[in-house]
Amino acid sequence: MNLATRDINHNLGRFVLTTFGVGLLLMIVMGMGGIYRGLVQDATLLVDRLGADFWVVQNDTRGPFAEISRMSKNLEDRVLAVPGVMSSHAFVSHTMQRQRNNKPWRVTVQGLSWPQDKGNWLPIVAGRALGQAHYEMLADESLKLSLGEKIKFGKDIYSVVGLTRAMNSPAGDGMAFFTLADAQAIQFDTPGEAIRLERWARNTRAKNLDIGRSLPQTVERTLGPMSNLPALSLPAISAVIVKVKPGINPEQVQSIISKWSDVSIYSNEKQRQFLLSGVVERSKKQLGLFRRLLIIVSAIIMALILYTLTLDKIHDIAMLKLMGARNGVIFNLILQQAVLLGTLGYGLAYCIGHWIFPYFPRKVVLIPDDLWVLAGIVVLISIVSSVVGIAKALSVEPNEVLS
Amino acid sequence: MKQNSEYPALKAENLTKVYGSGHTEVIAVRDVSLSVSRGEIVALLGPSGAGKSTLLALLGLIGPPNTGRITIDDTVVFENHESRVNVRTFRRQKFGFVFQKANLIPFLTAVENVRLAMEINDQPAKISKKRAMELLEYLGIAERATNLPKQLSGGEQQRVAVARALANQPSLILADEPTAALDSTRGRQVMELFAKVAHEQNAGVIVVTHDHRALDIFDRTLEMEDGKLRTNGN
Repeated sequence: MNLATRDINHNLGRFVLTTFGVGLLLMIVMGMGGIYRGLVQDATLLVDRLGADFWVVQNDTRGPFAEISRMSKNLEDRVLAVPGVMSSHAFVSHTMQRQRNNKPWRVTVQGLSWPQDKGNWLPIVAGRALGQAHYEMLADESLKLSLGEKIKFGKDIYSVVGLTRAMNSPAGDGMAFFTLADAQAIQFDTPGEAIRLERWARNTRAKNLDIGRSLPQTVERTLGPMSNLPALSLPAISAVIVKVKPGINPEQVQSIISKWSDVSIYSNEKQRQFLLSGVVERSKKQLGLFRRLLIIVSAIIMALILYTLTLDKIHDIAMLKLMGARNGVIFNLILQQAVLLGTLGYGLAYCIGHWIFPYFPRKVVLIPDDLWVLAGIVVLISIVSSVVGIAKALSVEPNEVLS
Repeated sequence: MKQNSEYPALKAENLTKVYGSGHTEVIAVRDVSLSVSRGEIVALLGPSGAGKSTLLALLGLIGPPNTGRITIDDTVVFENHESRVNVRTFRRQKFGFVFQKANLIPFLTAVENVRLAMEINDQPAKISKKRAMELLEYLGIAERATNLPKQLSGGEQQRVAVARALANQPSLILADEPTAALDSTRGRQVMELFAKVAHEQNAGVIVVTHDHRALDIFDRTLEMEDGKLRTNGN
C-alpha cells in the first residue's frame, strides 16, 4: 500500500495547486536556460550557417560582431588572389531602428555577395532567394513583413521576395538580406546635401594627396558617385569571408593573409569564441546567476511545502511509530511525495513552457542535455527539500498520539 | 477466561517513572508490579492524574521506565531504562493500541487502516487484505470497509481501531479510555467487544477506564492512586 499516493489522493486539490506553483517556478528556471541557449544560437547563427574557414577583418579588431570592423571592398579581390582560396565574400552587417506601426522596429541588414550568393543557403520558408541585383530583400519572419510587401529603406523601395525562419542577430533582432550593394546603399544612405558637401570635401582631400596629383582623372571622379572611387572611398565592408579549396592546408592560407599589416585573420571557431566570450558572456553570467537563485528559491519553497505537509501529518506519523512502523515507511511517505511533487512540477513546467516560450520576446531554445540536467537537479532538490520534513517526522515521539 | 500459555502475556515488576528533577520532580508511577495473562481482560481504574496513562505508556513500550522490569511473552524488554530488544519491532508484533480517539489514518479507508498494521509487519498484501476484511466482518462493520474515517461514526471508528489493534494477533491490547467519546450504550458495546476479543482471540487486554458501569465485563480490576497500584496487580 503506497501511503504517499493515498495521502495525495486525499488532499488532491492542495497537491495539484502546490504542483502548479512548483511547476511555474521550474518553468522560469527552464526558460532562463532556454533564453541563454537562444542567445548562443542567435549569436552564432550566422557564423555557423556561413561555414567560412576564415574571417578577414580590420587589423587589430575582433570584428565584425564583437566590435566594428571597416575595410575597403577591394580586399575581397585581394583575398581571392591568395593561392588556395576557393572563394571570398564581402560581409556587410549593421542594425538599424525604424518606426513601424508606431513601435520601434529593429532590423539587422545583411549583405549578400551578389551574384555568387543569392541567399539559397538561408532557411527560406516562403517565396524565393534573391533574383536580381537590386531592390529585392529576404526578411526573417520575426520582422513581421509579408511576402510581396514593399518597404522603403533610404532612397529606395525594396520588395520582400522571401521569408526566412529563425535568422536573428546576436542581439535578437530579425535579419533582412539584401545584395551587398543594396546593403551598403542602406547603410551609407545620406541626404543629398550631405552628399554634395562630402563630394566637395573629398575633392579637396584628393587634390592634396599624391594620388590626386599623379592621377588627375581620380580628382575629377571625386565629384561623382562614391562607388566609383575605390581608393578614396570610405571603408565599405565589415569583413571578408574566406573558404579554402578542398585539399589545401588552411594554415597555409592563414599564414599568407596574417602577414598583411592592414588586416587580421581569424578561424571560424575563433570568431565563434569572440561572439560567445564577448557578446554573450555577460548575459550568460546574469542568466546563470538568476537560474541558480531560482533553483535555491525553488528548493526553499519545496522544503517549506514538504515541511508543512509533514506537520499536517504529524499525528498520523506518531501513530505509525506507535504501531511500530519502521523509519523507512515514514521516510518513503515524505520522500515519495517530494519526488512526485518535483517530477510532476517539472513535467508541468515542460508542457507550459512549450506552449508559452514561443511568445517570449527572446528566442528560448530547449535542448535535451539541458532538460536532462535540470531534471536531475529537480530530483536532487526534491530529495534535499524533503530532508527537513523527514527530520521533523523522525523526531516525532509515538507518545504524541496520547496528547 | 482462557489461558493457554505457561507464562503471562505481560509481567511488570517494580516499575517507576519519574518526570522532571529536583523541585519539579513528579513520580508518575511508583513501584508498580502486575501481570496479565493471554485471554484476560483487566480494567485499570483511578482518578485523573493517578498515573494510569503513564503506566499504560510504559506497558506499551512507548517510553522506558526509570526503574523496574517489563517482560512480554517471557522476553525481558526493559530492564530499568535500558531496552533489551528493538522496542519498535516488539510493539509491531506483540501489541495493539486503542485510544479515546480512534486515531485512524485519515487518508486510508477502514479496511486500509487495518491492512496498514499488517503490512507494516511485513504481511503480504493478499493476506493482509483477506484478514482485514475478516476482522471488519468479525467486528460487524464490513459494509463500511471502503469508507474513509470521516465517513464513519465515533463507534464505527473505534471498531476499526479495535480491528487494527487485532490485526497482527497481538499478545496484548492496551486501551486508554476507549469509550470516553461514546454514549453509554455504544461504550458498553465496545467494552463487550474487548472482552470478546480477549476471550476469542486469546489476547491480554488492559483497558484504562473511568466508566464504572461496565466493570462486570472485566475479569479483574486494578485501581491506581498517586502512581501506586492499590490492588495487587498479580
